[in-house]
Amino acid sequence: MTIQKLNSAQVPFEKITAKTFPKGPDSLAPGHRACQGCGEVLALRLLMKALGRDFMAVSATGCMEVCTGPFPQSAWEMPWLHIAFENAAAVASGVDAGNTILRRKGKLPDQRIPVVAIAGDGGTADIGLQALSGALERYHENFIYICLDNEAYMNTGIQRSSATPFGASTTTSPAGKLSKGQSTWKKNMPAIAVAHNIPYVATASPAFHLDMMNKIRRAAAIPGPAYIHVYAPCPTGWRMKSELSVESSRLAVNSRVFPLYEVIDGQYVISKRVDNPIPVADYLKPQGRFRHLKEDDIAQISERVNHEYEHLIKLSETFDGPLF
Amino acid sequence: MSVTKSTKPVGIEVSLAIAEAVKLAEAEVVAAYPITPQTHIVEHLSDLVANGELSAEYVPVESEQSALSACLGSSAAGARTFTATSSQGLMLMAEMVFIAPVLRLPIVMAVANRAISAPINIWNDHSDIMSIRDCGWIQFFAENGQEATDMTIISFRLAEDKNVMLPVILNLDGFTLSHFIEPILFPPQDKVRKYLPPYQTAHKLDITKPISMGLLGAPEVFTEIKKATDNALVASKKYVSKAFDEFGKIFGRQYKLVETYKTDDAETIIVTMGSISETATVAVDEMREAGEKVGLVHLRLWRPFPVDELRAAVRGAKHLAVVDRHFTPGFPEGPVATEIRALMYHEADRPKMSNFILGLGGRDVPRNHFKYIVEQVKGLGASGRQGHYEMVGVLE
Repeated sequence: MTIQKLNSAQVPFEKITAKTFPKGPDSLAPGHRACQGCGEVLALRLLMKALGRDFMAVSATGCMEVCTGPFPQSAWEMPWLHIAFENAAAVASGVDAGNTILRRKGKLPDQRIPVVAIAGDGGTADIGLQALSGALERYHENFIYICLDNEAYMNTGIQRSSATPFGASTTTSPAGKLSKGQSTWKKNMPAIAVAHNIPYVATASPAFHLDMMNKIRRAAAIPGPAYIHVYAPCPTGWRMKSELSVESSRLAVNSRVFPLYEVIDGQYVISKRVDNPIPVADYLKPQGRFRHLKEDDIAQISERVNHEYEHLIKLSETFDGPLF
Repeated sequence: MSVTKSTKPVGIEVSLAIAEAVKLAEAEVVAAYPITPQTHIVEHLSDLVANGELSAEYVPVESEQSALSACLGSSAAGARTFTATSSQGLMLMAEMVFIAPVLRLPIVMAVANRAISAPINIWNDHSDIMSIRDCGWIQFFAENGQEATDMTIISFRLAEDKNVMLPVILNLDGFTLSHFIEPILFPPQDKVRKYLPPYQTAHKLDITKPISMGLLGAPEVFTEIKKATDNALVASKKYVSKAFDEFGKIFGRQYKLVETYKTDDAETIIVTMGSISETATVAVDEMREAGEKVGLVHLRLWRPFPVDELRAAVRGAKHLAVVDRHFTPGFPEGPVATEIRALMYHEADRPKMSNFILGLGGRDVPRNHFKYIVEQVKGLGASGRQGHYEMVGVLE
């Protein structure tokens, strides 16, 4: 049996431009309890502007779950479900299975409903990795996974995760006489998602909001699972001024620390080439978590950042068509 | 021809019969992970879905933790949901087990009871389910294959009752019940549909009427939410009886919360749960023939605990010999004995209590064990106190 599959890059979706920017309130009510300058909330609201109200969200335990839903209050104006920390992907896969059978039995209208699992970097790269891998591999049709990456366990008090960058001081990877902070390099979660041969993987940044919203729209349009890794600054955990959230998101992209790209049917596509990067130091300096780093440490980080960026460019240039 | 169309009893493995009952119940989502001795249930469900006999989504998850997580998701979406597990699998999903009743999601889960490690052991006892005793689900213990089949259908009906809306665990002894071939009379599909109409609920994720589920419970509301959940569980008892009675009316097989056997004039009453109750019944018959005044109480409903029914069932006995298939390390009695002793404490005319632990990790439970138990109880001193559980047949 041959399965007729449309090239995912060709799947149409309504693109958001500056002129067609969604107006009106989004589905996250005001009054939530996030910190000033929270990059996660900013990313959440862009998600909601992109999808409107016709979707369901499953949150992992974490800042976004805690600050939006102390019973009997809830900031979510669309269907929302929270179960636990490590299982947002599994729960969302169950929601999609439920929607699918109810649609097939005529108990729901014949309409695809995106089911969006939302978790932080700890809930994704550490404790939730197994559930995520299972859900991606099982190929749920309307499944979108959003990792809001603020590079540590912020909800429990800034402990290191496998997504914490090299050199960052956290409460469990503190800088000290014998330590330069996090001693390992950030886990490459998008590459892990890509290895599941799913139709869509992307990175996004709230500083590039149109790019981010369109990636979410594309993820919802393509049948099959999607993974979007979102850079989400945490001024509290990064020991940074709260007004620098968007600025640091921009610096992360322009310094090549957090490159923006899509992987559509296995094909890497760079969203924003950074041919003349700003120095990595410009990105690191405003953040207190990197305060202790010396020049040679920054040089080491800079070398790694550029090496990874060049690797990404090579991936995008070596193959000029979908992998599957 | 499908076995469920037969009007006569069909010889079938109990695990497969449960899967057929899930088909008759028209479950819509099954999410499960393989673990012995539960696997035959979900293997057969996979077959039924693959052959188009059951219109459902089968979600082959990567762990038990994800199995129940996916079930919580599909039940929250409004789909009739089933899963099954055992032992280590139940341990791995334990975190999610406690969440289901508070969210009032009517999932049905079969637990093929098996020992928990270490040492690793795939055989039957009740240590898995007793370890999550306080999870807040309605919990049954099935005695035989027909009962396990019927109770699967009853469980859905009960869970989804608007006055209940709680998840249900159906316990069945691993191997000694799950893997036995027994004659099963399947309820006809049309009558099942009458007994168990399609699941419809407003308590679900719905883009036209959005709700939030699983919100944070701060100290100001946590206690109230916990009490409300327990109130619901305690109040579900009368709906268990109602679900049993209506099943009895339609299908002719009447179940009770607590079964009694030859207890009327019994001086010693043995209390059991699960499939060993059948062995105990035969032992009681043999002891009665030998002139022993002995009877049996079999607990079918474990949560909510049938307090009044249990007290009524043992009234007048001099001795209670409570059998546990699990023990509480560091405590003199197993969980079932501890609870029953607590329930009898305020009774004016209470029997002497003894506790026997047996059948751990698949150790065989022959009829002689029950005869031995009754001998021990009779031989107790003037105080009639045992003082500590006895682990029957242990080599020390």
